[in-house]
Formats: sequence, structure tokens, C-alpha cells
Amino acid sequence: MDAGILRSVEEKYLKGDIPDFRPGDAVRVNVKVVEGGRERVQAFEGTVIARRGRGTGESFTVRRVTHGVGVERTFPLHSPRVEDIEVRRRGKVRRAKLYYLRGRIGSKAIRIKEATRK
Amino acid sequence: MTTIFTDEGQEVPVTVVKAGPCAVVQIKKKDSDGYDAVQLGFESYPAGHEQVSGSVPRGKAGNRAKGRPTAPMVGHYKRHGVTPKRKLGEFNSAPGADLQLGEAIKADLFKVGERVKVAGTCKGRGFSGVMRRHNFRGQGASHGSKIHRAPASVGATDAARVFKGQKMPGQYGNVRVTVRGLKIVGVDAEKNLLLIRGAVPGAPGGLLRIETNGG
Repeated sequence: MDAGILRSVEEKYLKGDIPDFRPGDAVRVNVKVVEGGRERVQAFEGTVIARRGRGTGESFTVRRVTHGVGVERTFPLHSPRVEDIEVRRRGKVRRAKLYYLRGRIGSKAIRIKEATRK
Repeated sequence: MTTIFTDEGQEVPVTVVKAGPCAVVQIKKKDSDGYDAVQLGFESYPAGHEQVSGSVPRGKAGNRAKGRPTAPMVGHYKRHGVTPKRKLGEFNSAPGADLQLGEAIKADLFKVGERVKVAGTCKGRGFSGVMRRHNFRGQGASHGSKIHRAPASVGATDAARVFKGQKMPGQYGNVRVTVRGLKIVGVDAEKNLLLIRGAVPGAPGGLLRIETNGG
């Protein structure tokens, strides 16, 4: 077994231009969607609550609350459908998975302190 | 296993397999061997380890240098003019195939989109209970249940014996498993790599036998 073989296969699918973002950050994800034969870009904005995996299988979950309903979308980080990720705001959080936000309602659900991290 | 993406952005789970180069070690013919087949060898020994080291005293075969071919095997390779290989396998040769001894068989034998048959030794799970081995449901976990993962009844009382074939705990795994109909989604002729959609039997690094008649 040679881990280098796996890496050599994954290499060409990995994106080199992924911005540095972590759970707690507010992001805007531009996703390509095919709609009636036409392709357009749709944006999804929210808080990153999880980032998991490595290599081509890495993915991240974005959560937002609209009209009182929580919506979560998980994107494969290296998918060609994820056009780009804009970091809107850096958040300061103390854990890697922010699943506790799911149980929160009202203004508490979006309260994450701004981080001074560069 | 890993993930690759199609141009449309679809995720495809793939297993990366090193498939070759395999050398043709022996060509069996109907007149000389009674049937037609080719014997392929895979993986060379590290430099300097292709030969038997010195003589092995009688009754001391266990002392034979590890990681080297045995003397009879060295003779076999020598006779066919091929450098010794670690693994051997015999395959039916395609009718009309014109192979030479020592010829290298590479991953480009396979085409993208082709269905293949993959055989290997699956992961050993040791002595396993019926829930893992035969997918039994087991019993209640709580509400005062005192049995949890037992096989329960193994037959009726009037038979006064247990019928053959009754599913029971025992050795599970570490046997040869063949999966048919796996699809080739990528071929790298240069590095001799195959990308096979989905999983294949066995642990990472295991030896596989891949055949094209994989309907």
C-alpha cells in the first residue's frame, strides 16, 4: 500500500484557491445550479457550523435561519459546482462543530462574537 | 477509497488500484498443458532479493531467507526467462491473443466504462456473533431484557437436533470474495492505475484479481 498513489489521484481534483475559513465564520457560497437546461449561480449565505473530512472528500456545512426556519446545506469543498466561497465575517468560537446552534432560537441563534484572527 | 468529481460536479466514490505491470511468465497451450491459459506475475522483488540466498539445510526450510523466492520458483522463472515476481495468477487468454513471454500487461488493458469482475480476500472479522455475521436482529437492549445479542432459538424441540446449515456464530471474513459488474471510471496507463467505482473486497494493500468478463 502506498498513500502516495491515492494522493496522486486526488491531486488534480483539489482546488488550490480555497480561502481560509473555519466553523463560526459567516460565508457566502456561490453554487452553480442547472435549472431547465440553463446554468446559473446561486448564493447561499450563513454560518459555517462544521467542516469535516480531508482530501477530495472534504465538506462543510452552512446554517442559516430564514423566516424562523433553520436551513442547513452541506457542500463538498472541492466540488466544481461550488464556484467560490466568500468569507463575510470571522467568528470566534470554542469548538469545531457548532451543532449547539440548532437548539437555539431567536437572536441567540446567530450570536457569535467577531474574531480578531487574520 | 477516495472521491473524484465528474465535469458536471457529480461526486464519484472510487477505489484506486495498482494494476500492473504484470509480466507474462508462462503460456499454457492445449497440446502441452491440456488447456489454454496465461500465467501472469505481479510485483518484482527488491533488487538483490530475486535469488535464493545460499543453500538451505535439509529440514531447515523455516530458516529460508524471508522475502525471497524459493529455489523451485527461481527455476520456474529462469526457464521462461522472466525475472522472479512475488505473485502469480493464471488467467484464461482471450482467443487469438498473441502474447510473448515476459511481455508486460498494463492497466490500459481495461477501458473506461468497462464492467469488471474483482476478486480478493475480504477483511477478516474473526469469531463473530450472529448479529454481525448473519445480520440477526438480536433482542431488546432495555426494558429489563436480559439477552441482547444472542441467536435465540436454533430449532424446534421435536426434531431433537439442530439442522445442518443453522446460522450460528463463527469465523467471519478472511475468505475469497468476488464482486461482479464493477465499473472502470478511470485508467492511468502511465502509472498503471485503475479507478474502480465503489468498493472492492479486502483491506487497503490487498491483492486483487481483476477480469474483464465482468457482466
